Amino acid sequence: MKLTREATEYLTVGLLAAVLLAFTMTLDPFRLNNVGKYLSFGFVAIGIVLTWGYGGVLSLGQGIFFGLGGYMMAMFLKLEASAPELPDFMVWSGIEALPVWWEPFYSLPITLVLIHLIPAVGAYLFAYAIFRKRVSGVYFAIVTLALAMTMTVLIVGAQSTIGGANGITDFRTFLGMDIVDDASKMVLYVLQVLVLFTVMLAALKLTNSRLGKILIAIRDKEDRVRFSGYNTAHVKAAVFALAAVLSAMGGAFYSLQTGLIAPSLIGVVASVEMVIYAAVGGRLSVPGAVVGAILIGFLKSYLSETFPEYWLYFLGSIFIFVVLFMPKGLAGFFDRLRVGRALGGEAR
Amino acid sequence: MSASMQMARDPEQELSIRNENVASEETFRVEDLSVSFDGFRAVDNLCLSVAKNELRVIIGPNGAGKTTLLDMICGKTRPTEGKVIFDGEVVSGLPEYQIVKKGIGRKFQTPSVYEDLSVFENFEISMPDAQGVLDSLFFKRDEAIRERVSRAAAEVFLADQLHRKAGTLSHGQKQWLEIGMLLIQEPRLLLLDEPVAGMSPREREATAELLTRVANGRSVIVIEHDMDFVKRIAHKVTVLHQGRLLAEGSADEIQSNPKVIEVYLGH
Repeated sequence: MKLTREATEYLTVGLLAAVLLAFTMTLDPFRLNNVGKYLSFGFVAIGIVLTWGYGGVLSLGQGIFFGLGGYMMAMFLKLEASAPELPDFMVWSGIEALPVWWEPFYSLPITLVLIHLIPAVGAYLFAYAIFRKRVSGVYFAIVTLALAMTMTVLIVGAQSTIGGANGITDFRTFLGMDIVDDASKMVLYVLQVLVLFTVMLAALKLTNSRLGKILIAIRDKEDRVRFSGYNTAHVKAAVFALAAVLSAMGGAFYSLQTGLIAPSLIGVVASVEMVIYAAVGGRLSVPGAVVGAILIGFLKSYLSETFPEYWLYFLGSIFIFVVLFMPKGLAGFFDRLRVGRALGGEAR
Repeated sequence: MSASMQMARDPEQELSIRNENVASEETFRVEDLSVSFDGFRAVDNLCLSVAKNELRVIIGPNGAGKTTLLDMICGKTRPTEGKVIFDGEVVSGLPEYQIVKKGIGRKFQTPSVYEDLSVFENFEISMPDAQGVLDSLFFKRDEAIRERVSRAAAEVFLADQLHRKAGTLSHGQKQWLEIGMLLIQEPRLLLLDEPVAGMSPREREATAELLTRVANGRSVIVIEHDMDFVKRIAHKVTVLHQGRLLAEGSADEIQSNPKVIEVYLGH
């Protein structure tokens, strides 16, 4: 049986979703919740596959958008948890009236719209302004890195209005439903897997469309694309905005899964880790990105428990190994096996 | 220097072009075009006009400003002074993708093709339809598209290479592919920077025929070094030297022009 590359990708995504759903029957609630946490980074990693793997745009600031989604969801949950009072950290800081920009987050529909809209518009305008000036490659990465750093500094400084270094925590209901008990965690997990499955299908559709080819073309020969009549700054900014939305979705799920969002989850280190997820899974593979996020997430949990002081060295070594020896990550490794078998075991 | 400028602008010399393909209708011209990089004037006060159906070849020693001139026409480099006028419309100052939409196509000096994509996909992406984000996401490859790609591929001798990865083509085939990618945009002015560099004699021969054919119905500007090839294709030759126009005329006139011989052909 010989499958095309595209069919193999769809099959892999289907299998991955099936395995993730099967976890509900095999894993205990604690571990399942952990997997849910890793999956929220899977959303971010898919976005990185699209912008970096396909479009050649490396962002070291995806944590910004993860944070935007996470914080907006947490603001909604926190308002619900503390109603009719103000959120506790505001009370401690002596704030007497809710800041105006918190108001929209009383409403779930508005919160959900803003979680998608703000990162999309913000990311598009930012990226278009930069790409139009022909800033790209490592310079773009540095700008995003600086932004991620700025964002954490701003949040840490805003103790009274957004919770500062502690972040926003201590919320346990979602529309009155307890989100800490096992049954609702299960529901949340299944919902997240279904949304992730849909996102993976959409991302595959994108990479296999003409737009996907255009992104590859921009990555390899941007000038040629420009002189074929494309506004490449617009195309790149649009995909960057899409990746921002995916990151924000991941952030929102993260807040729901863990009951916590904090500046440390969205800063420079977190943002670089997100790139490692995509690199390990394979920067050209949508399901690979999700697998990378789960794998590194699991390793991180395991190693940081076992070797609390050294696990960052492990993470760094994995990244260097992948960059040096597996430029297309795990997905590239399996792809070579598949192609090798199709050629009757010939070496390639 | 002033003598050469005079010679270039001499109206009698303009009339002396005997090539019957050249219609009098002017579609493209640059007026007093200059660009300086840190005070160095790479192109200096250049005037040039090209007619419809004309195949113009630009020659000149290294650093004469040939590639810079093409860069300014297609919008890659902004002129410091002067205008580029196409079909009566000033196009200098527009973003590159809009200049392309006006009908100006540019081929680069080293073949620029998308090596990771198939030859078919290279052609398909270069087609001027569905260039927006959503258009291209929901783009469907239909029979008409296949037909157009096959026709373009046949024109540049790649009909049986459609499913190969562009990165595996020979150097000459990549040159052809890039020319084909331009032709599928149906430009009315085609700018080709050394299109036969790295081609075998047989490939050159085929390319000469191709260029003669594509000049029909549009204007073509070619940068080329090889005088034999120039003589084979050129309706008219423009010689640049140090960013300025040195001479303009038929290939034979250029070859016997003492100024040209002194700075360029003599070596």
